[in-house]
Amino acid sequence: MQSRRAIASPGPLGQNDRRRQCGVPGVIELDRVAYSYGGGELFSDLSLALGPGTFHFLTGPSGAGKTTLLKLCYAELRPTAGQVRLFGEEVRAMDRDRVALARRRIGVVHQDCQFLDHLPLKENVALPLTVSGRGGAEDEDLAALLSWVGLSRQAEQLPPELSGGERQRAALARAIILSPDVILADEPTGNIDWEMSQRLLALLVELNRMGKAVLVATHDLQLIRAAKAQVQARVLRLKDRRLVAAGADL
Amino acid sequence: MSVAGRVGDLVKGDPHADRVVPPTGFTARLTVFTSAAMAFLAVFALALSMATGRLADRWAEELARSSTLRISAPEGQVAAQTAAALRVLETTPGIASARALPVEETRALLEPWFGPDLPVEALPIPQLIEVVETGEGYDATGLRARLQAEVPGAVLDDHTRWRDPLVDAASRLRTLGLTALLLIAGATAAMITLAAQAALAANDQVIRVLRLVGAKDSYIARAFVRRFTMRALAGAAAGTVLGMAAIWLLPDADPAGGFLTGLGFRGAGWLWPLLIPLLAALVAFAATRFAALRSLGERS
Ligand SMILES: Nc1ncnc2c1ncn2[C@@H]1O[C@H](COP(=O)(O)OP(=O)(O)OP(=O)(O)O)[C@@H](O)[C@H]1O
Ligand SMILES: [Mg+2]
Repeated sequence: MQSRRAIASPGPLGQNDRRRQCGVPGVIELDRVAYSYGGGELFSDLSLALGPGTFHFLTGPSGAGKTTLLKLCYAELRPTAGQVRLFGEEVRAMDRDRVALARRRIGVVHQDCQFLDHLPLKENVALPLTVSGRGGAEDEDLAALLSWVGLSRQAEQLPPELSGGERQRAALARAIILSPDVILADEPTGNIDWEMSQRLLALLVELNRMGKAVLVATHDLQLIRAAKAQVQARVLRLKDRRLVAAGADL
Repeated sequence: MSVAGRVGDLVKGDPHADRVVPPTGFTARLTVFTSAAMAFLAVFALALSMATGRLADRWAEELARSSTLRISAPEGQVAAQTAAALRVLETTPGIASARALPVEETRALLEPWFGPDLPVEALPIPQLIEVVETGEGYDATGLRARLQAEVPGAVLDDHTRWRDPLVDAASRLRTLGLTALLLIAGATAAMITLAAQAALAANDQVIRVLRLVGAKDSYIARAFVRRFTMRALAGAAAGTVLGMAAIWLLPDADPAGGFLTGLGFRGAGWLWPLLIPLLAALVAFAATRFAALRSLGERS
């Protein structure tokens, strides 16, 4: 697995790992947060801290608010009550530039992927590099990353030409290309087969071992079980407007 | 970063950054066309204000320096009165020279109006004396009084009566030309703002994705600003070249009327219209930047 090492080792894509690994207190903190889209409250009085090196799963019935909770974590939404802190900074006090800088340290795999449909896959994956002014990725690094998620052949294809699973793998590649401090993944294994989801999990576990905080929202109990064999993962359940630790059966 | 550095970056561009916003054929063509049309008009407005400026200067200067003395007398007395008038003029301070126009010159003056076959001798045409002033000028009232006493058939026309309104009209035309230039710049800014807003609205999802991956407003704005600036520059350059060519091809009006001037540029004046594309780019830059930052601020 030579290509895998290219991603995990400090290189152009990972040069800040060591510095960031130590000394960041709560990477993302939600403090007594409530949120409502205008109707009733989706959840209230919800607290959660993602520290460096932690691994969390977030489960709960469809419509419980998992995606909403993740959106609060990357400041796409602002809480209706309570506080959200990103890297120690209160979200409400951050202007758009600060939010942009914080998002470069948070890799997100969106449930609906969010690609630029006019750009080929490899440029979509390199987009965080492009917008942060670091130009495109080094070709070998990008090739290594794409080959790790099994998308070397699709590098030149446009996102609408990809299968659901290919899009999700591409989304993960884009989420980690800046070597972020946190990885938030919303149903990352929704459309992919068992073998590929194991590879994806292995990548997340490896990133976690490098000190990154990982939060995965998923319905996939098998995935959670497989993960618990490899890392110390906390499983949280969003139910009846509350966040609770899941039962011991998981 | 220095202004020059930023302009350099804007012109060079970042090939990656340029691609993040998909090309939009319609607003692109709209901007190029608008800038070209506006630049074409601007060349004419500029030519108008420069030509009228020249005209005003020339009329003010040349007509101020010359006057005409007209002698209308019964046939037998014309020669005697002309000689008397010339004597008066020679002794008037402030007059550099006075010259009775020979028949051929009078005929040449009338030719544009009556045609070449005019029998000047058969017509009761007054004798004209051309008077050229020195820099200080002469006292017109005093001269008129002396002429009345010594040369009863002489009428002094010092041109002020019709020169002043002409000079006035010319300088107003120049002001109108400059106003037209300002209006053209304003209309260009308005149209480019609209096109930029349309492009921003059409790329709503692109902007959303760029923000999700950590793009700052300034980065997103730059992608649009650069595009519109380059389009305005290209369009305006084409329009300016066409406008200058059209003016170059205008028939030359100079020989026809002694003090008229063609609607064109003279000498170094041809360099002025070259500023139009740069100004158009500047206007597009400011308008798109304003539109982009405002619309990005609104959608947060
Ligand atoms: N933009 C929105 N405006 C109004 N209501 C919304 C909006 N987005 C989500 N909701 C509602 O909020 C609730 C939570 O949605 P959310 O997407 O967070 O659920 P989820 O737990 O991620 O569900 P799933 O497992 O199906 O992805 C849903 O009832 C949804 O209809
Ligand atoms: Mg969801």
